[in-house]
Amino acid sequence: MASRSVAAEFVKGVWKENPVLRLLLGMCPVLAVTTSVENGLGMGLAATFVLICSNVVVSLLRSIIPARMRIPCFIVVIAAFVTIVDLVLQGFFFELSKSLGVFVPLIVVNCIILGRAEAFAYKNGPFYSMIDAMGMGVGFTLALMTVGTVRELLGNGTWLGFAVPPFTLHPWIIMILPPGAFITLGLLVAGMNWLTQQQEAKRRQAAREARLAKGGTA
Amino acid sequence: MGIAQILLLVLGAILVNNVIFAQFLGICPYLGVSKKLDTALGMGFAVTFVMTLAVAVTWPIYYFVLNPATSFFNAFMPPDAVPDLTYLATLSFILVIASLVQLVEIVLRKVAKPLFDALGIYLPLITTNCAILGMALLSIQKEYNYPISLVFAFGSALGFILAIVIFAGIRERVELMDVPKAMQGVPIALVIAGIVAMAFMGFAGLGG
Repeated sequence: MASRSVAAEFVKGVWKENPVLRLLLGMCPVLAVTTSVENGLGMGLAATFVLICSNVVVSLLRSIIPARMRIPCFIVVIAAFVTIVDLVLQGFFFELSKSLGVFVPLIVVNCIILGRAEAFAYKNGPFYSMIDAMGMGVGFTLALMTVGTVRELLGNGTWLGFAVPPFTLHPWIIMILPPGAFITLGLLVAGMNWLTQQQEAKRRQAAREARLAKGGTA
Repeated sequence: MGIAQILLLVLGAILVNNVIFAQFLGICPYLGVSKKLDTALGMGFAVTFVMTLAVAVTWPIYYFVLNPATSFFNAFMPPDAVPDLTYLATLSFILVIASLVQLVEIVLRKVAKPLFDALGIYLPLITTNCAILGMALLSIQKEYNYPISLVFAFGSALGFILAIVIFAGIRERVELMDVPKAMQGVPIALVIAGIVAMAFMGFAGLGG
């Protein structure tokens, strides 16, 4: 499978198969920790680390793990890395660890990570699994940061802690509170859908014009 | 803790700290299984059952095996040799919950066929439901004692039922509406959830 482009595997996770905005996986942390960009970034990086490590390890062990026992094996691998992340955050980034709270250990049950182990790493070599995990991780982090940006800007008038003038006048507290999370994510997913539908329509239009130019019927 | 405080705890878990609207736990089944009222109810009951059971099992594991201050190793070891296994909490909880769900499935199929038929298809989905593991970890974090943990888990699960049933009722109606194409499905569901969450904010401050 050397012909596959590394870049395509990477970009897939960021845009076309963005885990949050496209595949609608792992929504709990996206809604819960995105009260600020910083929290979103921290959560995204933590999940990306777990995703990359577990994908590589699962891929290396894929000939040893029996097919019927694979899900428990994946969970043990993932849980081990989540424990490492949890302890590192508690040790070196205590404030962040406190604001992410129970969602750090809950990375274990994040569907994105188990999903990539099952759908990709169990069937592919370690190098491509790593690229896939990096793409998915970046896509997840970007989605978290986008939701975090909208919520922090509108709800608090800041971005990564820095005051952004026009937004500081009337912060909408509701955006920091739970309803803001649901509405922001809903509108972002709708925006993603709208973009895809526009592209789809444009492609169909182009195909029809090409057929007409050749003298065929529409 | 008196009976009044326990009632307040339950009420708080259902309304103020609702699992879905305030804590964002278990969003996947919430969005996935809320298209029809009866499936939503089925999912709600399955979550209640497993959540209470999971806390009932993980609490003793934490306090009798993992936590060095109270673990059973103390019975036959000098206190300074007792291993601190608390870092294994996440790993052991998820394994215990996964095998517990399997076990419940097998037992229910043999013993209570009607209950199995009602809950069966939801059980495997629940293993990776973050509300279950989240509640197990939260009741440890909040340092509740055993009965209070159980009440807390049960109350939270009732909150889940309330949320998913209200939501399914609204979604059945939205099915009949003319929703813009890009908003159909999950986006409109999320926006509705936001509005319902706003309504639930009215309970803030109730019972602390």
